[in-house]
Parts: sequence; structure tokens; C-alpha cells
Amino acid sequence: MASKLWATRAASYLKISFQYRGFATVIKDLKYADSHEWVKVEGNSATVGITDHAQDHLGDVVYVELPDEGAEVKQGASFGAVESVKATSDINSPISGKVVEVNTKLNDSPGLVNASPYESGWIIKVEINNADEVKSLMDPDQYSKFCEEEDAKH
Amino acid sequence: MAVSQTRNLGLPLINLLRLKGVPILQQLHLEERLLRTSSDNWCIINDGTIDPTIVMGISGKPQELLEIESILRDDIPVIRRFTGGGTVIVDQGTIFVTFICNKDAVPGLQSYPQPIMSWSSLLYKKVFQGIEISGFARMIDYASCTAVVLSDYVLGDRKFGGNAQSITKNRWVHHTSFLWDYEISNMGYLKLPKRAPEYRQARDHLEFICRMKDYISRSSFIDRTIEAVGSEFLLRSAELEDAHCTLGSKFEPSSRLLRKQELGEAIFKSLTASQS
Repeated sequence: MASKLWATRAASYLKISFQYRGFATVIKDLKYADSHEWVKVEGNSATVGITDHAQDHLGDVVYVELPDEGAEVKQGASFGAVESVKATSDINSPISGKVVEVNTKLNDSPGLVNASPYESGWIIKVEINNADEVKSLMDPDQYSKFCEEEDAKH
Repeated sequence: MAVSQTRNLGLPLINLLRLKGVPILQQLHLEERLLRTSSDNWCIINDGTIDPTIVMGISGKPQELLEIESILRDDIPVIRRFTGGGTVIVDQGTIFVTFICNKDAVPGLQSYPQPIMSWSSLLYKKVFQGIEISGFARMIDYASCTAVVLSDYVLGDRKFGGNAQSITKNRWVHHTSFLWDYEISNMGYLKLPKRAPEYRQARDHLEFICRMKDYISRSSFIDRTIEAVGSEFLLRSAELEDAHCTLGSKFEPSSRLLRKQELGEAIFKSLTASQS
């Protein structure tokens, strides 16, 4: 449960309930960053999005700020943002390379990020520089454990 | 003003920057720079801004949110800010309170929108404790219609403050504009937003908002806010020069003034949309 301490204190005071799920879906064959983005690498091409854990904690996404095609992305650095619940949240790239395609469907349907974070809610496709960078990312089991530990701490 | 600084064991340090009448665009640029290039925690209080200015969230569409013809006629500046959320018109009656924090500054707080808003609502609960309104002594945050979130600050069912945020990998900004006072005529520049919390119930601005000045003095609100911040952080007074010294010179803020041409194009878009 995300930020149980602050959520339950506020909820008790305000007499409302929070609707976080207690689990997050992970997909095998993807790799995961500790900032909650996923990447699917196929040869020297990669697809990037945010995870189910991230979309659940962010709330309903109402806007996605996409980079331009041709922009360079760097592992760990932000390349765009999502807006949800009056907040803009950075999206950080799990991989370095050049953006070759952006998911323009997100302009009219930003909610795809919530409804289908690993499929139709993908955000960018990247021509990757260095496939070895993937080795520093988490596999599905490691990421699931990471999410549990992170939620348990708060 | 009694600021609690005796209980300083284990409290995170925060730089308290008190400003008065700083233009809102300058404030937003400062906030963005401190978010992206500082590693300190900051609390900025700007007591009013000089000129009436409209401030939209990052995804705001002028044709949907603004009475553009009146705005162009009266030469009202329109800014698109770097945080999410809705549209406000701010002036010297607005009091701004901003927190810029490292993600581990507040123990146990996960840097997502709802937990951050929960935390701030409890801090402001301390500020407004004991404020009486017609027999009530209550400050509540209402849920929006799309998700269970904490969104606005209300007295009764009238809004007196709204907040917005920006969250990066390791830091976050949470800023609030408080309607200590406002000009009725300025609200005429804003349309009824399409996305609004359920409790608004399609009320127009003047039926939806209220003035804090009817309940608390300006100085008392600011003093109480500083005291509340001091109960969670170790306060260190800062000057504007201190903030500028820590900033990286290469960073370019994204908050910007919309050009008149852009506003004119937005009128065209709205006319085209209404004809299709």
C-alpha cells in the first residue's frame, strides 16, 4: 500500500478511503527501472512505458508530454512527463538512444497509460546505443520485490 | 510569532524564503530551478503578486478554459506553468506557499501525488485549526469525481485554495495559491472548467470560491503556516540572493508567458471546433 502512514492519517481525519491496490502486475520478458519504467528490447530497438505500479500510484493520467522523434534519451534521465491528479511526474528512460517513434494515440487517449500500461499505453520506441545497459535493470521478480519493499517502507 | 525550533533532533532542514509581491512568473521560474538544480529543501511564501495574471496548468487549453477575447482586450498576461492542475487568476490578494523537497525529506512519504497532498492537508490542518465559520470549525478536502484524491481546500463547500505538483525522480514541488482576497471582476476571465470535482456542482466561480480574509488575517495565516512548517522541519531563513546562488546556470525553466498570437490562434481553434 503506497504511503500508508500519510494516507491513513489523512483518510481517518477526512473520513474517506484510498483506492490503491496491494499488488502490481509485472510482465515477464520486460526489464524494469527503479523509477518504475519498463523496457522491451528487441535487437537494437526498445519500447518504453511506465509500469502498472506507477500508473496505479499516479492516478488517472490526463495528459502525456511526449518527446520529439529524433530526440536523444539517456538512461536514468527524464524525457517526458505524465499529468495526473494535478501533478506532472517525470518519465525517465531506462535506456539510452534515439527516439524513433512516439505513441501519438496518447495525445487523445492519455488514459491508455492506466488501462494498458504494458501494451497500448507504450510511450516511446528507441533505437538503442548500448544493449549492455539492460544488464543494470531489474528482471520481473526483482522488480516485484522492489515494489513490495518500497510500498512497505512508506 | 512562536516558531518551534527547540525540537530539532532529527528534523530535516528547510530554507524558508519569504517574498512579497514577486511576479508569479518569476516565482515559478525560481521554483522550477530549485526543483531541478538544488539539493536543499525549500519553503517559499510569496505574499501577493503584483499584477493580475492567469496561470494555467501544463496541459491547459486556452480555448476551453479562458474568455480569450476579454483577456486580449484587457491585456491580462497568461502563463502556462510547469505543474499539473487547473487554472487560476492571481493578484496581490493571493498568498502563495510552495514546498520543494527531496523525496526522503518527509519520513515515510512516498513521492506520488496523493501521498504528498495527504501530507500537505495535515500540515494545513494545523494552520486552520480553530477557525470558526458560522458555528463550524472544520476544514476538509473533498474528493474529485474521477479518483479518490485530495484536491482543494474548502471552507464549507467554497474553495479558498488550490494546489498542484511536479514530481521528479528524487524531488517534488507542491505549491498552493490561497485566495486571501480577490477581485470579483477578474473571475470573469475564466470559463467553467470541463474537468471539475463533483462538489463544485457546476457552480460558477463566484458561487464556488470564498475569501480567506473573512476568517483569518493575512499575517496570522502566514505566521501560522511558518509555525506549522517549523513543527516538521528545522527552519533556516533564506534570502532571494541565497536561492540564486545555488542555482545551475544552464537550466531553462519551462513555465512561460503565452504570446498574444497563441491566444489569437486559440480563439480560431474554438470557433473551428464549434462549427464542426
